[in-house]
Amino acid sequence: MKRLSSPIELEELRQSIVKSRDPKKTIVSICGGTGCTALGSVEVIKAFREELIKRDLADKIEVKVSGCRGFCQHGALVTIEPQSIFYQRVRTKDVIEIIESTLLKGQTVDRLLYHDPTVTGQFVHEEEVPFYAKQKRLILANSSKIDPKRIEDYIFFGGYGALAKALYNMKPDSIIEEIKASGLRGRGGGGFPTGRKWESTRKAQGDLKYVICNCDEGDPGAFMDRSLMEGNPHSVLEGMIIGAFAIGAQEGYIYVRHEYPLAVENATIALQQAEENGLLGDNILGSGFNFRVKVSRGGGAFVCGESTALMASLEGKVGEPRAKYIHTSDSGLWGRPSNLNNVETWANVPIIINNGAKWFSGIGTADSKGTKIFSLVGKVRNTGLVEVPMGITLREIIFDIGGGIQGNRKFKAVQTGGPSGGCIPEKLLDLPVDFDELTRVGSMMGSGAMIVTDEKNCMVDIAKYYIGFLKGELCGKCLPCREGVKRMNEILTRITEGNGKMEDIDLLEQIAATLTETSLCGLGQSAPNPVVSTLVHFRDEYEAHIKEKRCPAKVCKALITYNISEKCLNCGLCVKACPQGAITPVEKKKPVVLDQSKCIKCGSCLDACKLQMVEVK
Amino acid sequence: MVKLTIDGIQFEAAAGAMVLDVARAHNIYIPTLCNHESVLPYGACRLCIVEITTKSGRKRLVTSCLYPVEEGLTVLTNSEKVAAHRKMLMQLLMARCPESEIVKELGQKLGVESTPFPSEDHHKCILCALCTRVCAEVVGVSAISLVNRGVEREMGIPFFENKDACIACGSCAYVCPTGAITLEDKGDTRIIHQPWDEMKFKMAKCKVCGRYWAPVKQIEYMAKKSGQPMEFFDKCTDCRN
Amino acid sequence: MKLTGKQIKAKLEAIVKKYNNDSSMLVPILQDTQTEIGYLPKDAMIELHEMLNVPLTQVYSVATFFKAFNLIPRGRHQIFVCTGTACHVRGSERILETFERELNIKAGESDKDLNFTLGTVNCVGACALGPIVIIDGKYNGEMKIESVKPLIDKYRNTLETERGTQH
Repeated sequence: MKRLSSPIELEELRQSIVKSRDPKKTIVSICGGTGCTALGSVEVIKAFREELIKRDLADKIEVKVSGCRGFCQHGALVTIEPQSIFYQRVRTKDVIEIIESTLLKGQTVDRLLYHDPTVTGQFVHEEEVPFYAKQKRLILANSSKIDPKRIEDYIFFGGYGALAKALYNMKPDSIIEEIKASGLRGRGGGGFPTGRKWESTRKAQGDLKYVICNCDEGDPGAFMDRSLMEGNPHSVLEGMIIGAFAIGAQEGYIYVRHEYPLAVENATIALQQAEENGLLGDNILGSGFNFRVKVSRGGGAFVCGESTALMASLEGKVGEPRAKYIHTSDSGLWGRPSNLNNVETWANVPIIINNGAKWFSGIGTADSKGTKIFSLVGKVRNTGLVEVPMGITLREIIFDIGGGIQGNRKFKAVQTGGPSGGCIPEKLLDLPVDFDELTRVGSMMGSGAMIVTDEKNCMVDIAKYYIGFLKGELCGKCLPCREGVKRMNEILTRITEGNGKMEDIDLLEQIAATLTETSLCGLGQSAPNPVVSTLVHFRDEYEAHIKEKRCPAKVCKALITYNISEKCLNCGLCVKACPQGAITPVEKKKPVVLDQSKCIKCGSCLDACKLQMVEVK
Repeated sequence: MVKLTIDGIQFEAAAGAMVLDVARAHNIYIPTLCNHESVLPYGACRLCIVEITTKSGRKRLVTSCLYPVEEGLTVLTNSEKVAAHRKMLMQLLMARCPESEIVKELGQKLGVESTPFPSEDHHKCILCALCTRVCAEVVGVSAISLVNRGVEREMGIPFFENKDACIACGSCAYVCPTGAITLEDKGDTRIIHQPWDEMKFKMAKCKVCGRYWAPVKQIEYMAKKSGQPMEFFDKCTDCRN
Repeated sequence: MKLTGKQIKAKLEAIVKKYNNDSSMLVPILQDTQTEIGYLPKDAMIELHEMLNVPLTQVYSVATFFKAFNLIPRGRHQIFVCTGTACHVRGSERILETFERELNIKAGESDKDLNFTLGTVNCVGACALGPIVIIDGKYNGEMKIESVKPLIDKYRNTLETERGTQH
């Protein structure tokens, strides 16, 4: 393969790819992301391929495997081009029908179309599906059209054009000015102005500099970075190369969380293909700029999402953070100037270079520009990745795009910012989503996980969950975090077991203050946020647990009992389901009896009973 | 040189010096547990926190052991905020190490008599990592390290049984502030007691006076480093003159 | 899959070569080692410290710091219950407890016949499908309590068949 040695050659390649593709050709695009894979998309892909070969249609109809489209709950997702027909929940048994009805006869298979319980009408095309229609997909724009393992797809859509522009029509300083003017702020959680970080690294002393892509995505509930790195790794890589050129770095790392094997695989393939095409490595696009990237993996440690811990891990050491009074832009990896940015931040760079800072800064709010990808999960109807302009309200995201709460239950709170963030109750739902607004109300943007809870979630349990999570993940280096999180966990556990005292709340607040102000890194500093925010907005729940030994949401096991309604007719399902043999039938058509001493509150009976005869008190 | 103010008094200090070192050089007290002149500052105990205001007016709490002096920096070493956080830090530490004398003393010095947290653990080790840092940075053998993560973090040796790299010099015991590591020379054996267990080493006997004067492994290490033959070390340091 | 010392050394040499003897790649090297051998045996860690010329304490500290590493042999089948937040609010705790009950082990343990190892994982990014359980790399989404036993039985049956064909 000839390595591209000029922007003209890149454009010629793009045009030849475009020419070689018949815009009228039928393409079956199946999502190969982790979520759809879990729902059988690998088998669906195989079935399509085999069936089309059997029918001698393999030449006429292309089967494409795309990256993650972010609507995982409805997988496997299949889009038929060029009509852009959107099928969801496709299984292998549907393949023949799709081929016969849609591919051969042009008719839609209605039962596979998306149906929205809150919005009437049929949605045939991807753009019409309400979940997608209300988003502003700039970064995720071509997610259903790009096969991440084929660089040609990326180039087809103009990929690496921004790199060509940066290398040939701009200078490093002007690139940095453009990123600064765009107002782009870090998408990993810190929200630090990206242009300023690049500038500091550029100005730092030293000839050897690094750029790093943080794909550790430790916030549970967040999968934006997974989707991007799996589905469109070139968009991230292009951003990194432009950044490296602007900063003056010769080496880069993509640090992928160990729990994302497909992202590691696709990133590695992307690097190889970029190198083969002269878009990475020596003499990129003939510009004389050399830049190499390696993929490294995390080892299962949330703390390695913190930049200095990540760098320690890259050096082959334990992922312990260090003080950042001296910034990593001056002294980072191996003590050299290092610029670390999140996956989504890097993916924004080509868009800004292509369209200009002025255009980009026209989207969003005064201090938070552009779009943000959120992973909307939890008790909401439409879970998945939502890319929206900054400034949209939480209510719009959760109710308009998310479709509101599952099962018609009542919204309780949304957790933003993961374990470092806080919960936001119903009364604050009209808050515009923006870095500073979310921080103002005691939460933060974080990486973008948005976890929706309803009336059946206990906020004290959620606070305990987050502290428990952090207890398992903290590195243990500094005293306040290691001992403080442990003690917060003890106190919250006692409260959920009905052994709390009102003084515990004061103690929690005192520990919280010390953690926030004296912990060594962001993990400890933000650890108290879920506790503090639930205390602010849901203090009544804490007090109920302490004063009345009652869990209002009926979640905390020590404070609830399972009971059989007197209307129970002894169908026997729960008797079978109970793992402890705690339920015994007595008489025909009369309620079964639950032995409380044997009940472990596992919920098996609740799940088994079809008539809601199990009551939790 | 830069000019900065500590507790209302102006000082001059070399650029790059840490606030803690400058304060100590002028006899201003800042408590520490994980700091030692022989090793690089680590920032684990957080007791050396001070309240700073930069020239541009930015206020925050920082650990003085790792914060380099700046022109126009204002430092408060014992403001109300600092004192309050130090109290909580000590309460947390006392709950971890309820029997440690040094922790109790420091606690009392900082106004903490008791801790609201239950103390089922009875650690002597405060995880200051001075032992492991000295072993790595000063002795250079990295025979001990901090193992496991988070609340289960502890100091130990590989697999809690491989002491091959240890030269039994006892530097870890020397630098340990709480006595969690102690050294005991018993006849021909040196025992190093560490929180996880103990290690035993054979001692070499002086050809002249007959005293067991150094561990064999330490002598082997000194021979390797100095290039002197092993026979050079047949005599103890006293008898070599 | 019991390997001889020689076999282990050969595997390690290949892995270290793949990473150009770069000791900064210790974490990926240990991961590849675990994939090859099934866990991280003591001897393998000692070999690596010699091959890469890093202190043994560094290898041991890294191996015990990161959750991905197992220093004791694991079961034939690895079961991971995701306990990330999205899965938690959808009841992953109860799913984990059901697995613990059915297998009679706690998370982090293997059964005595080394058929199954049960563990937790903190978010694999398939949050829309929670609660998720991953067995041998295969994702099982939207898990329900009543699905747990049939799923375990499926793997128990394949183990039985394997044993049957071995005789």
